[in-house]
Amino acid sequence: MSQTAEHGSPATGPASDAAENWRGVATEDADELSAGAGVFLRARSRRLLGQLLAPHHRALWALLAVITVQNIAWLAGPFLIGVGIDVAVPALIDGNVWPLVWITCAMLGAAALDTVLRFVFLTWSGRVGQAMLLTLRRRVFTHVQRLPLSFHERYTSGKTISRLTSDVEALAELLDEGLDNLVTALFSVLTIGVVLLVLDPPLGLVALLGFPALFWVARWFQRNSTAAYRRTRETIAALIVQFTETFGGIRAVQAFRREPRNDELYAALNEDNRKAHDRAFWLIAVFVPAVTLIGNLVTVAVLGYGALRVMDGAMAVGTLVSFLLYLRRFFDPLQDVAMFYNSYQSATAALEKLSGVLEERPTVPEPTDPVPLGRPRGELVYDDVRFGYTDRVVLPDLDLRIPAGQTVALVGATGAGKSTLARLAARFYDPTAGAVRLDGIPLDRLSDADLRRAVVMVTQESFLFSGSVADNIAFGRPEATRAEIVEAARAIGAHEFIAALPEGYDTDVSKRGGRLSAGQRQLVSFARAFLADPAVLILDEATSSLDVPSERLVQRALQTLLADRTALIIAHRLSTVEIADRALVMADGRIVEDGSPAELVAGTGRFADLHRAWADSLV
Amino acid sequence: MDNAPQPAPSDRGRLSALLRLWPFARPYRGLIALTFSAALLATLAQLAVPLLTAAVVDGPIAHDDPAGLIPLLGLALLFGVAEAALFFLRRWAMNRSSLRIERDLRDTLYHRLQRLPVAFHDRWGSGQLLSRATTDVSTIRRFVGFAAVFLAVNLITCVVVLVLLLVTYWPLGLTVLLTTVPLTFLGLRWEKRYNVQSRRVQDQQGELTTDVEEAVQGIRVVKSLGRSSLVFDRYDAKAAALRGMELEKVRTLALLWCIFELHPQATLAVILVGGAVAVNTGALTVGGLVGFVALFTVLLWPILSLGFLFAFAQETASACDRIGELLDEPITVTDRPGVRPAALGSPARLRFQDVGFRYPGSAEAVLDGIDLDIAPGETVALVGSTGSGKTTLTALAGRLYDVTAGRVTVDGVDVRDLPLSQLRSVVSVAFEDATLFSMSVRENLTLGRPGASDADVDEALRVAQADFVHDLPWGLATRIGEQGLSLSGGQRQRLALARAVLGRPSVLILDDPLSALDVHTEALVERALRDVLAGTTALVVAHRPSTVLLADRVALLSGGRITAVGRHSDLLAEVPEYRDLLAQESELAEVAS
Repeated sequence: MSQTAEHGSPATGPASDAAENWRGVATEDADELSAGAGVFLRARSRRLLGQLLAPHHRALWALLAVITVQNIAWLAGPFLIGVGIDVAVPALIDGNVWPLVWITCAMLGAAALDTVLRFVFLTWSGRVGQAMLLTLRRRVFTHVQRLPLSFHERYTSGKTISRLTSDVEALAELLDEGLDNLVTALFSVLTIGVVLLVLDPPLGLVALLGFPALFWVARWFQRNSTAAYRRTRETIAALIVQFTETFGGIRAVQAFRREPRNDELYAALNEDNRKAHDRAFWLIAVFVPAVTLIGNLVTVAVLGYGALRVMDGAMAVGTLVSFLLYLRRFFDPLQDVAMFYNSYQSATAALEKLSGVLEERPTVPEPTDPVPLGRPRGELVYDDVRFGYTDRVVLPDLDLRIPAGQTVALVGATGAGKSTLARLAARFYDPTAGAVRLDGIPLDRLSDADLRRAVVMVTQESFLFSGSVADNIAFGRPEATRAEIVEAARAIGAHEFIAALPEGYDTDVSKRGGRLSAGQRQLVSFARAFLADPAVLILDEATSSLDVPSERLVQRALQTLLADRTALIIAHRLSTVEIADRALVMADGRIVEDGSPAELVAGTGRFADLHRAWADSLV
Repeated sequence: MDNAPQPAPSDRGRLSALLRLWPFARPYRGLIALTFSAALLATLAQLAVPLLTAAVVDGPIAHDDPAGLIPLLGLALLFGVAEAALFFLRRWAMNRSSLRIERDLRDTLYHRLQRLPVAFHDRWGSGQLLSRATTDVSTIRRFVGFAAVFLAVNLITCVVVLVLLLVTYWPLGLTVLLTTVPLTFLGLRWEKRYNVQSRRVQDQQGELTTDVEEAVQGIRVVKSLGRSSLVFDRYDAKAAALRGMELEKVRTLALLWCIFELHPQATLAVILVGGAVAVNTGALTVGGLVGFVALFTVLLWPILSLGFLFAFAQETASACDRIGELLDEPITVTDRPGVRPAALGSPARLRFQDVGFRYPGSAEAVLDGIDLDIAPGETVALVGSTGSGKTTLTALAGRLYDVTAGRVTVDGVDVRDLPLSQLRSVVSVAFEDATLFSMSVRENLTLGRPGASDADVDEALRVAQADFVHDLPWGLATRIGEQGLSLSGGQRQRLALARAVLGRPSVLILDDPLSALDVHTEALVERALRDVLAGTTALVVAHRPSTVLLADRVALLSGGRITAVGRHSDLLAEVPEYRDLLAQESELAEVAS
């Protein structure tokens, strides 16, 4: 392992540690570093939160009113007990029963009001919270769908999925597990502080003596736990990666006798994770007793000073009891807040990442005033097209005309620009300069519906969605009848194997017994494209994982699929080229050879060389 | 993933399952005892403040005796500090023991899972195993560190406080005791309902996740066919259903909170009335009433938590069952007692003798009566249609599965009579799906041979035409795989090939090693590979003619039997099934004409 690699990069992170060398070096996720930075949300998170709250403006004010009244009802309890001891008990001794009756009724009334309002608050705030979550889910989902392919390729599916699942769930958990606890706790701390001061100002001041200490402890906890909890999230993630990779690749692990080494690595990660949790829990182990200690010290002070004031006749016994009961209600919720801090932090980190994704601009937007496309013929023209990323140019300058109905095969090494050329036709990207035109209309002037009706791209991975085989074919045209679906499958040559599945067209492709081989999946996605019946078909041909009989099936299906359509095929195997009307050989983003396959084979160019090598391999 | 056996989520474990934890808890029993004692003492210390408050009201205040305050306040201070100190001690000891138990359990589980046979892992997806190693193990940690301790402490506290209340003034104490009955009943009922609703929400979240995964992973298909609104509608319906379930859950939770609110306040009113009457008749002092009120507030949390703690204990019991299931799984592929390394030649002779194989629990044999003898240094290609058992056959040599009939020998020694470590260093494999791990390129390459020299690594990279690694941002130190740089299919396959040929193994098994390479690279790899194959015994699974040509002989596998062995050209001419498998369209046309 080279020394420069170890020390050369700022992004190496822990790689300078010898024990970490095995992991190798990678650019760490910048997201994770900036996120979860603490209590204060960044501007974009605040904006997102504001947007989510906006429609519930009135409900929020009403909720505030409900919780205020509820708090007052809740606070009445200890006060009434105090009055009961000071007024009702002496009155009763004097033979007057009524004060006791009134006070008991008041207590029961306050308790009932408190309970009802609490129920209203919890269910109503739950509704608001769930409405916000639903809006968020919808928004992020739609936004992600609208973002261009270039975003998805850069961001990777794993990260996008975790934005839409675990990050949204982190917010849900926050709402679920006690945003109302936090609100109630903060609210009651405030109101109790006020009540104490009103009830007996001198004693109230003594009680509030604990405040600076509390503030200081809370601040210490908050500062340290931010880093500590972030670390626990990192260590658990590392543990999960090691675990899933080991058992996802168990054959390789066992075949290469990796078990003992893995045991060591996992034990080290596991110990890291324990230490990280130990640190985070240590903070709680200090924080919670510290709050208890402060609470107890204040209670002793109140008890002592209060007793003296009662003896002086400056205060009644009942007031002292109310005071002590209030103090308990004051300190208990503060301990809960510590428990709750972790989910609060995850939620802010999640909000930060979500708002980041939502700020991504869809760079391939639908035009606001599209040009209508009648019945597409399928003539495709690349007019001075240039395409590149910030750091490199993929297609320097491309001019190409594909007449309607022609089948064109694209040949060339990896990175020659074949995929880019094909994807421009499906408008997965927009060119940096120039235009791609369909029947004379630039693609970025077409409505999405028109464009997708006219141009369909079948990709390498032939992705199937969960659901039946029929559902998957119908994805090409959702309104298609069963007869049309079967017809499409027949045309492609997929009907036989589909009919042989346990439940025929209704077989669930994600269930056991419904799993299709790579070749069968390819045929299903062809049937899907056939049903969509586009004027232009783009095909990223991948027959690498197919065995020869399946490949043969696919080749035959292709001939049906391509008839009467404009087609652009990225050919990985030269056998595909033979069915094309025209072949384009690409190198470094340029078309270097252009002609019918027969012409090119007969010539002396690269295609002829490739073809010879291929023919030799068939011996 | 969905085919792994999993108990229904609502299953509540039997509490006896918790006993399984004892071996893991045993090393930390001192700490656990300390946690328990500290928790109990802290709870008892909490009782001091109410009792002392009562004493202050009845003593110094009633007798106007300021000096009498000092010892009482001193005691209150002492207990207050002690309570905080015990709190700290409890949490410290709890963290120490429970986090270590969690770590040990996880290490043991991982260690064992790695050694379970591949057949086990075929049945269990890694997702299933992961949820047991993370969620279930964490549940156990929380139980050991928290729930188990408080289950005991809270029961004791309830009894102690109720006794104190009864002693202070028994008619009122009895009333309080009676009011806790409906509370406990309602609490248990609603908590149960809440648990069921939580499960439902979790399941629905899983459904939603599936939709999200498909929408993101299938984004090209969705975009290409312009089906965004279809996909959205599907997702939206599920998200709306989730909201409905969440709201049901919120409602139950709100009910639960309400009785938690209502009960203590209503009971306080009852205490006030009863207490006032008692003070009036002289059965209770004012201080006694104050102490009663204060004690009652201490009682609340232990009572309310009992339902939750019992539910937690049951949840932990089923977590223990799930983990126990994995720990009980027999390790079937392991060293026989007393095996010793044997002296083997390099290259060695690999022989399948009357080999049969059926998957556990399956009646149908995948392989039956396989006889194949590969001479030292010879390369045999294995050809067969999808599902004919090729990959299974290749897994038998390295004992990823054990044969169920016959035997596999290396230089005449049954593979089951060799130590696994020796066997697997002699037999080197490249799998069809190129498995790479999130670690440096070098670590990925030297997976089986940590001691490999730089020269060995360079040689292997040359054979597999994988020199591209030198152009990666950090060369051989670059982290690749899921959490690192992503490579193309062809690049991954070349690395897997390099790993297999590293150190020139005696027996080499390649499962369709060139499938993801482009024509040009394939030719280069073939040339370099020929050189390696000349010096090793090799079995190569092949799908295309070009790969078959690497071999000296070809074996045709059909329906679990070897139906033909010979040279490629002979089989092409004589065996129709072989022709169908390997001939291109154009060649078929020639044969037909």
